[in-house]
Amino acid sequence: MNVALKNIHKHFGKVHANKGINLTIPSGTIQGILGENGAGKSTLMKILSGFIQADSGSEIILDGKPVVIHSPADAIHHGVGMLHQDPLDFPPMRILDNFLIGRSSGGLFPNRKEVAQDFNRLAQEFDFSFDPDNYVDTLTVGERQQLEIIRLLWLGARILILDEPTTGISASQKIKLFATLKTLAEKGMTIIFVSHKLEDVESLCNQVAVLRAGELVGEMKPPLDTSTLVEMMFGKVVTLGERQPAKTGDTMLDLQNVSLEDARMKIKNINLNVHAGEVIGLAGMEGSGQGMFIRACAGLTRPVGGRVQLKGHDLTGKSYHVYKNAGVNFLPAARLEEGLVPGLSLTDHFVLAEQPRGIFIDRTAGEKLAEDRIKSFNIRGTPLTMVEALSGGNQQRAELALLQSPLSLVLLEHPTRGLDIESVIYIWGKLKERCRQGASIIFISSDLEEILQYSDRVLVFFSGKVSQPIDAANTSVEQLGQLIGGKGWPENGGGSHA
Amino acid sequence: MNQETLLVGLAGVLAAAAPIIFAVLGETLSERAGVINLSMNGTILLSAMGGFAVAYNTDNVLFGFLAGMLIGALVALVVAFASITLKQSQVAVGFVLALTCRDLAYFIGNPYMGQAGPRLQALPIPILSDLPIVGQLFFRQEAVTYVSFIAIYLAWLWVYRTRPGLMLQGIGEKPAAAFIRGANVNLMRYIYTVIGGALIGLAGPAYSLAIRAGWMGTISGLDGIGWIALSITIFGGWNPARAAFGAYLFALLQWLGLVLQPVLTQVPSQVLQVAPFPLMILTLLLVNIGNAEWVDRTLAAMPETARKFFSKLLRAMRASPPASLGVPFDTD
Repeated sequence: MNVALKNIHKHFGKVHANKGINLTIPSGTIQGILGENGAGKSTLMKILSGFIQADSGSEIILDGKPVVIHSPADAIHHGVGMLHQDPLDFPPMRILDNFLIGRSSGGLFPNRKEVAQDFNRLAQEFDFSFDPDNYVDTLTVGERQQLEIIRLLWLGARILILDEPTTGISASQKIKLFATLKTLAEKGMTIIFVSHKLEDVESLCNQVAVLRAGELVGEMKPPLDTSTLVEMMFGKVVTLGERQPAKTGDTMLDLQNVSLEDARMKIKNINLNVHAGEVIGLAGMEGSGQGMFIRACAGLTRPVGGRVQLKGHDLTGKSYHVYKNAGVNFLPAARLEEGLVPGLSLTDHFVLAEQPRGIFIDRTAGEKLAEDRIKSFNIRGTPLTMVEALSGGNQQRAELALLQSPLSLVLLEHPTRGLDIESVIYIWGKLKERCRQGASIIFISSDLEEILQYSDRVLVFFSGKVSQPIDAANTSVEQLGQLIGGKGWPENGGGSHA
Repeated sequence: MNQETLLVGLAGVLAAAAPIIFAVLGETLSERAGVINLSMNGTILLSAMGGFAVAYNTDNVLFGFLAGMLIGALVALVVAFASITLKQSQVAVGFVLALTCRDLAYFIGNPYMGQAGPRLQALPIPILSDLPIVGQLFFRQEAVTYVSFIAIYLAWLWVYRTRPGLMLQGIGEKPAAAFIRGANVNLMRYIYTVIGGALIGLAGPAYSLAIRAGWMGTISGLDGIGWIALSITIFGGWNPARAAFGAYLFALLQWLGLVLQPVLTQVPSQVLQVAPFPLMILTLLLVNIGNAEWVDRTLAAMPETARKFFSKLLRAMRASPPASLGVPFDTD
């Protein structure tokens, strides 16, 4: 379907989120929409998918006909389907029920057999494997995306909008997703791919538009030039900088024959020696054991065997608070669920983190403290801003600002997931500063480029197996990708030795 | 105990559970949509009194039942308006309503205390009632009991087998996802809360015009039923069939408490009267055992086939609250 957006304006109060955007997308195109966080990408996509309405004077033209889209359900009637960043589905319900909910036809009692046939046919067509009677909460984010894609196709979507679809899915699922999108585009579907990840856009899209501060600042067709795109996104040249190898010091964390176990998997005999100032990257598909490993390093999961030593002190089996007092800090992936407290302001957070004694709060000192931190961590907010009102990048900065000082070991889960490149560089700058002060870092990321760029050594996890520590300077994305996918492991697998 | 007394007793259990079933089904529908109607205890008392008063004055039992449902629907409308439109705490509003409606029932109901009024007569179903055992158990009941059987089936069918029912599950689970699938979330929440309220309101006259006919004010013995029904809704996992099972279990335990009194003379009668409550909790905890972490661990250690069987069984037994229960919904 041909899409034309003409002169799209959107005001939220005083904020002018979209400033007269004009964009034409012919049928069969994979259109990339690039822009940093807050550039107006989401607003534009919400307008096209019916979530919000544009200001008057704006026009959406589908196949030559101007349309008014009143709601998401209305959008799908016009053939516009949107895949949201967090899958909007119903986890405790069965896959088939999820697929079924929302079809406007089909009578009071839906014909499950027929629906299941449609479902299996569509799943087969794209080589997705599902058991329709299983529950959605057993699926990974990537599989839930696949489910949502075939659901939208079933409902007759001819334009598919994907909002940051590659955050939170594994490398192999990404390959599959891209193949699916290419097939769909060949069949004449229009794909709109919203992302801030340049490499994804470069490998997939055949037309790219860049938004900055609510305006369309440029369009490009392949061959795509990274540095030009980055310049358009940020209005200036941004570079990752050189890899900085660690100046390693004494042993910080020493794991001896550590074995871990939960309901789903066992990891046996991990041996690892982390030096002060060193950065260890953990790679692997989501749920391959790296989450359990990092929680064990934080003292949240108790190892079933082996010893954990920090700076020569035995911490095996001690509680999280002992670890915390020893200078171990953990930043989990779910910022608002596990890291920050929604409903509390930035000041409240700093007060909680830094004034643990006494009953009464020194408000003035707290606000002063918050102001200092906001300045030094470049957080876009005020001391009274509620944390849930901050953007993802600013929440992450706030979490970094909350880390205690001095620190021995920082554990991070997806530290830059969903952030634009400028925030990524900023956050890693702050983290590397900690390394220079003698802290060690262990982090999980699904972004292999990030792992190679910032870590000194890499551990790869594959269904409970842990690789030898790999020197990040002497490996490549391809090599890591193979290990993550289960190729190139020694036959006996098992433990690692450093 | 001979067979005759046993059958009469069990038939009595089915009847005694009927009002609880109406209340539990009503609450289940309301909570499935995401609205907690905490006023239930007061609603049942007020609709019992109101239903009796209307039936007394009009000399028509049917009008009494309709009045009860109307009262339940109106109280639910207050809950819905406060929580959906005004976005106030459902717990606070519901709790205050529970107390207000109870006191209102005692106050307005004063003139009707102990009056003899109309009541529903037993309605044996021809032919079926003559069947041995089954006939005596199921088909010599009052009309409300038959209606309760049908209501369980219809509620279950609606929630799990119809398109709007699936959407109802979605609305309580993740309203944003239901919204993009075309649901008018807040309107649906209003509708289900009011319908649920009408069902809860049916429980009152089911007592005062049938199961425990008459209005006895504070000694009607109805105070507290609403709270029990509330916990049965929760332990029933928001599933109409399981919730009904909980209601029957509770009625059965209460009956056992009565019949065992003359047998177990060494046990103080108070123990037997109170026993149904903790026993109820214990049983329902066992039913929900699949939620526990150690069960996961035990399962992981089992051989493949056994593990698959047990995890399927436990999964089917498991219940989790609608994720958006009590959370207001905004389209942005």
